[in-house]
Amino acid sequence: MGGRGRETAPAKPDAATLVADECTQDLVAIELCDITKVFPGVRANDCVTFSVRKGEVHCLLGENGAGKSTLMNVLAGIYMPEEGRIRVGGSEVCIACPRDSIDLGIGMVHQHSSLIPNFTVLENLLLGQGKGVRLSVTEATQGLSRLSDLLGVEVDPSTVVSQLSLGQQQQVEIIKALWQGSKVLVLDEPTSMLTPKGIEDLEQVLVRLKGEGLAVVFITHKLHEAFTIGDRVSVLRQGRLVGTIEPDTMRASTPRQLQQMVVNLMFPGEAESLANVAELQDLSDVVGSGCVGRLGEPLLELEDVTVAAERGEVGIGEKLSLTLHAGEVLGIAGVDGNGQRPLAEAIAGQRRVSGGDIRLAGKSIRKLSIGARQRLGLRYVTDDRLGEGIVGRLSVAVNMVSKSIGSPPFWTRGRTHPERIEANAKTLVDEYHIMTPSVETQAGSLSGGNIQKVVLARELSFGPKVVVFNKPTYGLDVKTTTAVRSRIRQLADGGKSGALVISTDLEELLALSDRVAVLSRGRLMGIVSNKPGAEQEIGALMIGGTHVD
Amino acid sequence: MDSIMSADFLAAVIAGAIMASMPLLFAALGETISEQAGVLNLGLEGMMLAGGYAGFVLAYWSGSSWVGLLAAILAGIAVSLLMVVFSVRMGRDQIVVGIAILFAMQGLTSLLHQVQFGESYPRLGEAAMLSIPGLRDIPVLGILFNQPAVVYIGVALIIIVGWIFLKTNFGLNIRAAGWKPVALDNAGVDVIKIRTIAVLVTGALAGLGGGYMAVVTAGIFVPFMTHGQGFIAIVIAMLARGRSTWVLIGSLLFGTALSIADGLQLVGIEVSTDIVNMLPFVFVLLALVLFGRQSYLPAALCIPFERGKR
Repeated sequence: MGGRGRETAPAKPDAATLVADECTQDLVAIELCDITKVFPGVRANDCVTFSVRKGEVHCLLGENGAGKSTLMNVLAGIYMPEEGRIRVGGSEVCIACPRDSIDLGIGMVHQHSSLIPNFTVLENLLLGQGKGVRLSVTEATQGLSRLSDLLGVEVDPSTVVSQLSLGQQQQVEIIKALWQGSKVLVLDEPTSMLTPKGIEDLEQVLVRLKGEGLAVVFITHKLHEAFTIGDRVSVLRQGRLVGTIEPDTMRASTPRQLQQMVVNLMFPGEAESLANVAELQDLSDVVGSGCVGRLGEPLLELEDVTVAAERGEVGIGEKLSLTLHAGEVLGIAGVDGNGQRPLAEAIAGQRRVSGGDIRLAGKSIRKLSIGARQRLGLRYVTDDRLGEGIVGRLSVAVNMVSKSIGSPPFWTRGRTHPERIEANAKTLVDEYHIMTPSVETQAGSLSGGNIQKVVLARELSFGPKVVVFNKPTYGLDVKTTTAVRSRIRQLADGGKSGALVISTDLEELLALSDRVAVLSRGRLMGIVSNKPGAEQEIGALMIGGTHVD
Repeated sequence: MDSIMSADFLAAVIAGAIMASMPLLFAALGETISEQAGVLNLGLEGMMLAGGYAGFVLAYWSGSSWVGLLAAILAGIAVSLLMVVFSVRMGRDQIVVGIAILFAMQGLTSLLHQVQFGESYPRLGEAAMLSIPGLRDIPVLGILFNQPAVVYIGVALIIIVGWIFLKTNFGLNIRAAGWKPVALDNAGVDVIKIRTIAVLVTGALAGLGGGYMAVVTAGIFVPFMTHGQGFIAIVIAMLARGRSTWVLIGSLLFGTALSIADGLQLVGIEVSTDIVNMLPFVFVLLALVLFGRQSYLPAALCIPFERGKR
């Protein structure tokens, strides 16, 4: 560049550098400078500076509660920051409400779906777009087909959203975010509910959008996704931006090195958890090679079980039989809403089976109540931790014993022993490293990860025989996820108990399970031993292929 | 006049049904709009009473039923402002505010009426009729085409509201405000504004319903004259699930139940008025038992909206 500069205009050696500077400046799509956002008692964002360039995917990593979503909600106009400036395309702007953000070309796919389930795809896209009185259906249909061509997806505009798969719903959300010619696309944890195929499709879409010159912010918990999808990676910790890995470094490092860098940024000075994270990556190999041979006696047997569907969900329509052995973690894979919840609740006793039999250690429990099943050592860790996992308004201590109300040693002859409840809670809080101000704190005020630990502590105490885990690490950060997974593995490795783990995260099942069963549309598609190559086999079963055993 | 099937009896029942169903129709249509926008308006009957009282007084002073009905609409809007301020803007519990509005209006209208008219109950003249030449001469059904002018406005409103819900941006925004206000907010539309407009329209329609009752049907205002009809309208709105044609059908059904009393008296069958007055409520119970399971209410009904609340 310098050479050419000398040839044409030897008098101005600085011109070329100046132009280059302006180019970089032009490339920055948005810039958040020194953003501070305070909630009562928490500095959710503390002087965060963050930018994303055109044609780039910038990944934002961090624990639960690190302030990732808050930062993006500032950009979306949901929150007004106490301090800081926002620049779009180089000029300073004020974003006071979502409308401002949309008008600036910022499109957002929020962590929780922004689609209205009982509206059609077209109605969802038209929401808030209208100029004039009547709905501009024709225009919208054209717009939709243009964008679906761009993304390489196919969506029927008249379908009601609740009838789409989660992957398709997400495609609609991206189309909605891009609807008004967005320049910046923010994706907040878009992959947490997707199948491996869905994630691959999403990656394709992002590559296309990058090609169109779009700037993309990608928030995720999964490190390997950040490394495959992202051009740049930034890490937030406790509301502060603690580090950014630039594209040059990204290209020059191996995934393992990158992982070390990120984990060091996220959990400085916690060598122990680092070891665990690294360990988990290898666990799948260990499990795959060693465990399959040494299954203990059958603990939980399902024989020809069918479960009726409740309104709008998929039940267990076809007779399902499987056996969980002592010392085993049996994974249940499948896209969310394919009969997992009915299956889990039928085993736990929260709903009736419409056919077949369930046996616990050889004894039929089909007709037993929830409580009776619990006394026999069957425990259920629900996926709805806030709704049915805990009573938010009650203390951590009471939640720890809430499944044994009225029974000794906490209650004797109708009398409560608060000191025993408290002592029990203190032991468990220490054992499970639950971050809570005290055992008297309202359980609902804890973070999601700590609530999950409270639920685990309750269900795993008193030596359970069989524990059913429904999406045990959904929405948890890397560290808590690791802790929860080790607990599950420990339970089974004791050799006396077994765990049934339902998860939509295939990686998790591969890391934990001895065998993986695949559910699709309420049907058991097959059971795969966790050995190298199992992932492809499971993937094929998930999308409805036939399993060759 | 002996037979229940006589033309006169049928015509009387139809006329009475239309007469009795109009207040329900206006109020239920209003409640439908506010429910679809996520606001359960239990103060509906209070708004009807306010409309009835204001409509009666203005019609009495001016001698024009139109002036009365306009006043009824304005009174309904004024009362619904309470709902807007406390429930929509300040996020207070909709049920509590609604009940407070009901009791406040029962008291206020009775008090004002007592102060102005004491124990006398003056009557108004006949309201403006609109009869369609030719059609009005059809036997029995001709009665449909010889009605107070407001009736035609009501039927037109049913069609207009149905069109707004299905075909306009505003209708889409209203439904979104009731089903998932967060989505509406994310799409850049002011949820509070949409809900405010919806509640004000509800007030206007409930006021009109009450005004119709006092000015057109009765020609008189009596304290507590709505007799639970606001609540029947709420039930109609819940069962209609946002579809205005079902508001029309529901109102006509309940209106028929209300008017059967008059029809029975006309053919000389005497039934205790207490029993007759119970009929509409028996109807409500029956309707709820038969169709209540299917009344899918908007998901965000009764939930105040605040941006960014976690």
